[in-house]
Amino acid sequence: MFDTALSAADLVFLAKGAGMTILVTAISVAIGTLLGILFGVIRVQLGATLSLPLTFFLDIFRSVPLLIQLVLANAFMGMVLRLQISGFTVACGVLSLYTAAYCAEIVRGGIDAVPATTRRAARSLGMSWMQDMRYIVAPLATRIALPSWIGLALGVMKDSALVYVVQVTELLKSTQILITRLQEPLFLLLICGAFYFLISFPLARFGGYLEKRWSHD
Amino acid sequence: MFGYTFQWNQALARLPKMLDGALVTMEVAVLSMLIGIALAILLTLLRLSGARPLRAIATGWVEIARNTPALFQIYMAHFGVASFGIHFSPFVSLLIGITFNNAGYLAENFRGALKAIPETQTRAGRSLGMSQLQAFRYIILPQMLRISFLPMTNQMVWAVLMTSLGVTVGMNADLYGVTQDLNALTFRTFELFAIAGVLFYAITKIITLGARVIAARLFRY
Repeated sequence: MFDTALSAADLVFLAKGAGMTILVTAISVAIGTLLGILFGVIRVQLGATLSLPLTFFLDIFRSVPLLIQLVLANAFMGMVLRLQISGFTVACGVLSLYTAAYCAEIVRGGIDAVPATTRRAARSLGMSWMQDMRYIVAPLATRIALPSWIGLALGVMKDSALVYVVQVTELLKSTQILITRLQEPLFLLLICGAFYFLISFPLARFGGYLEKRWSHD
Repeated sequence: MFGYTFQWNQALARLPKMLDGALVTMEVAVLSMLIGIALAILLTLLRLSGARPLRAIATGWVEIARNTPALFQIYMAHFGVASFGIHFSPFVSLLIGITFNNAGYLAENFRGALKAIPETQTRAGRSLGMSQLQAFRYIILPQMLRISFLPMTNQMVWAVLMTSLGVTVGMNADLYGVTQDLNALTFRTFELFAIAGVLFYAITKIITLGARVIAARLFRY
């Protein structure tokens, strides 16, 4: 196991894959979170019945395997619409909506957890809806939602391993390419797994810490 | 409207094959859940036990399962263990990968559920002459499973969605694998995968609704 054919160039190749994983995750989480906040607020404002179409739309992203979402989006863009769109764009688009679907739930939970009396008090003090949202709901809801949101962001990073299906070479795919060439699956997979673990584990711990700290006051 | 002619008939003609695939998908998911729950209970016991190495093994399992991609875990179960000369069939590799993942997440859910059960109950059981294991089996375990019923339902949905990853280790009997093979034959990519998506959606809805019915029957006081 210590006698490996892995060269420096291969390590650079792996690092590029890792960079791609982080890039896709960062873009998707950023866009997905903005959309998720928007969808979450809309769902709370419209109420359960009126927002049913939106709920159904978002539910699809949580009930169909990500692999199928990616293949479908790719086929729709390429075969049906005949657009020249890179796999990277498709991957980011699908993952963003996927993130947004989960994020909307988290945002809704956060807003619902702010006591109605607190919000009415804010409105009684003469705050507008926007001020109530900005100064009362946002700080309180963030405390409740942030630990789950960290979990979601890490989940998206792990799920980004599936974007290989639209020809994006991220970490796991580059590992697989090297495995095919070097025939050292265990060693290479351990490197790859360690990378995911080293990013995910501290952040997950941090999320757990925040959850614990903020739930006691 | 589009420069593309949808041919749903061609894809729909393959529906029986895809339904067979859906059955295999369900089979893998149910098996992985049953074994996963059993393993998760074992992991919970290990984490409760006083022995340090046992706790370390259980915690390591849970953290690796939760902090690496499911696809990585399936790769490990297929290509990783092949380095030791162990060769599993795609079905077994997929089952091992998903079960490993399920057990980790479920053990974490169980730990959360345990926090909601007062420790005094265990002590009450011990005072009544139960052994530590009996107290766990008859007092803690039923409550733990009840509290984590909803998370278990979510994990079941996850298990179904994760079966689609089996295709990466050569699994071609499950819903995704069947669809991929049919796609290679007919090139109706969009139609076939749209139908597969609808089937997956239906399966997850059946699971969540079924769980709701079961919960209403089981947990009425």
